[in-house]
Amino acid sequence: MQTKEFKIKWGMVIDIDKCTGCGACMVGCQVENNIAPMTKKDPYNYVQALTKDRDDASNKLKTLTWMTVYELSNGQAFPEHETAYLPRPCMQCGNPACVPVCPVIATDKNEEGGIVSQIYPRCIGCRYCMAACPYHARYFNWWDPLWPEGMDKGLSPAVSVRPRGVVEKCNFCHSRYLDAKDKARMDGEDPMNLADGAYNTACADICPTKAITFGDLNNPEHAVHDLAKSPHAFRLLEKLGLAPQVYYMSEREWVRKQGDNYNAGGGGH
Amino acid sequence: MDSKLFPEGVQRCSFGKFLIWTAVILGFFTWGLYAAVLVLYNGIGTTGLDNYFGFGAWITFDLAVIALGAGAFFTGLLKYILKIKQLEKIINLTVVVGFICYSGAMLVLTLDIGQPGRAWFGYWHPNVHSMLTEVIFCITCYCTVLIIEFVPLVLEQKQLNKIPFIHALAHNMHVNMALFAGIGAFLSTFHQGSLGGMYGVLIGRPFAFREGFFIWPWTFFLFVLSAVGSGPVFTVLVATFMEKLTGKKLVDFKTKALMGKIAGTMLCVYMFFKILDTWAWATGYLPSVGLTFDDMFYGLVYGKWLMFSEIVLCGVVPAIMLIVPAIRNRPGLLYTAAILDCIGVSLNRYIFTVQTIAFPAMPFDSWQVYVPNWVEYASSIMIIAYGFLVLSLVYRYLPLFPQERELN
Repeated sequence: MQTKEFKIKWGMVIDIDKCTGCGACMVGCQVENNIAPMTKKDPYNYVQALTKDRDDASNKLKTLTWMTVYELSNGQAFPEHETAYLPRPCMQCGNPACVPVCPVIATDKNEEGGIVSQIYPRCIGCRYCMAACPYHARYFNWWDPLWPEGMDKGLSPAVSVRPRGVVEKCNFCHSRYLDAKDKARMDGEDPMNLADGAYNTACADICPTKAITFGDLNNPEHAVHDLAKSPHAFRLLEKLGLAPQVYYMSEREWVRKQGDNYNAGGGGH
Repeated sequence: MDSKLFPEGVQRCSFGKFLIWTAVILGFFTWGLYAAVLVLYNGIGTTGLDNYFGFGAWITFDLAVIALGAGAFFTGLLKYILKIKQLEKIINLTVVVGFICYSGAMLVLTLDIGQPGRAWFGYWHPNVHSMLTEVIFCITCYCTVLIIEFVPLVLEQKQLNKIPFIHALAHNMHVNMALFAGIGAFLSTFHQGSLGGMYGVLIGRPFAFREGFFIWPWTFFLFVLSAVGSGPVFTVLVATFMEKLTGKKLVDFKTKALMGKIAGTMLCVYMFFKILDTWAWATGYLPSVGLTFDDMFYGLVYGKWLMFSEIVLCGVVPAIMLIVPAIRNRPGLLYTAAILDCIGVSLNRYIFTVQTIAFPAMPFDSWQVYVPNWVEYASSIMIIAYGFLVLSLVYRYLPLFPQERELN
């Protein structure tokens, strides 16, 4: 198992103690990335004999949500009971479980920035990457995307709309990265050395409590560089060796333990 | 009515009876076809699969039939390469069963991938690191080899074989069949292995992840061994089932017992390594990632009973039954052992597919229960119906069993 390293390593630090579980990050992600809402009836399904009602948003196991907020509990009875919320984007692993398994190289981690990409027109929809990812960060398009009347006018032109039958995932709002690099070029700055905040993801942007911080983990001028090294920082399933580029922070030990990193607080990074 | 087409010197049921039988099969087939069209028209959302269970009944079905179809390559290897002459009495059937299993699996895969039109991307943009790429290459190549192995049997049809060119072609194909048996054995070994490797390399899934030898995790070798330990007896079961249906003796018991002995020997080797592997996984790998053996099981649906049924009741028990001549040589016990063996390998494929991804790898996640819906059942039944149809036609019109005349 070898972790892929890059000069620039975009990463995220999510402060669980600041997260209120409001779900704004989920909504921001949906809007930014043209994720279709789940619609039960499909008016374009012309062969009525073969038409079947689709799942609506109540079926959480078939919805598309690149960012999901998990509720954690310390398992104690009231009044010791505590909860916490853990937003989960794609972990953009340094040693991704999903990349080596894809038979057609539809997913890869080779571009500067260490973001795990997904090439939708190449994906054959075998879902092997979904079986491989323990974070459930990959989503399959079970149904054709369908936007309610009028909502299609709000689609972002920078993000491709995915067809049915392909796997999709969080890509750290990659179109924003391209925009930030273009802006840097126009301003005569180095696109390979973006200032902290020049490129930010939609979820980090929208978070009302600023629980999500985004930046280059390798750049000491970016806030995430130091935050990821905090004694309270941990990564999910560290022991499996996937080396995620998303870090979490909590001062509460029970939260850190649920991240499966028993070295947290002991200078594990 | 169609008696002129029958193989030389054998009896078959009336054409009317055959039509009724075919119509029943076609009934099941049509039901499955409706489900398949529903999937292709609406999308895979029509199935019971979801974001948690990207793999489910179809993949289990695929893996199970491919393991059970292993009789084709393994018997071919023994017959043509190691020259075990006795096996020529059942070799035709193993080829047909192998062909049905592999082509059936490919039909299911067409439904199972979200973009069937892009299936060829596996050749066009192959990822050499992916076990699934190896699967795609091997399954298509081996399916082609099975077609090549099947063709001489078709050419030997009584009326076709009267044409001198076809007669000569069939003869020449037979002469060169050892070559295809060799290629087939190589391809299928890698195919069975890479199916196991698919699970063994899942570094994020502690239930299936295994260390290994060179680039292959142990599951690579375990899948090959379990397939050759069950494929031959599956062919025996198919032959016996056909005997019960037709009321005729088709294969002598000596050949069946030999197939049982071959499968039994391989099953013993498999069980030895499977038990070692399970032990090493439970006491070595799992503690290294902070998990215990008990963590891997949940309630009744994913309980330990599944694993113990697979390893003990459907593994060790049939292995002993098949390896002891006194038990193996009694028809009832041979068939019982064969049934247990086939259930065992299917259970193994189910556990590796479903339990692997049902296990909540994240500590705050929870076990999910997967229930396939009728669309998945019906399309799988369509493949079984397809198998019945091919086998019925082959039995009626082609010289499938060389011993049929002398045994009846």
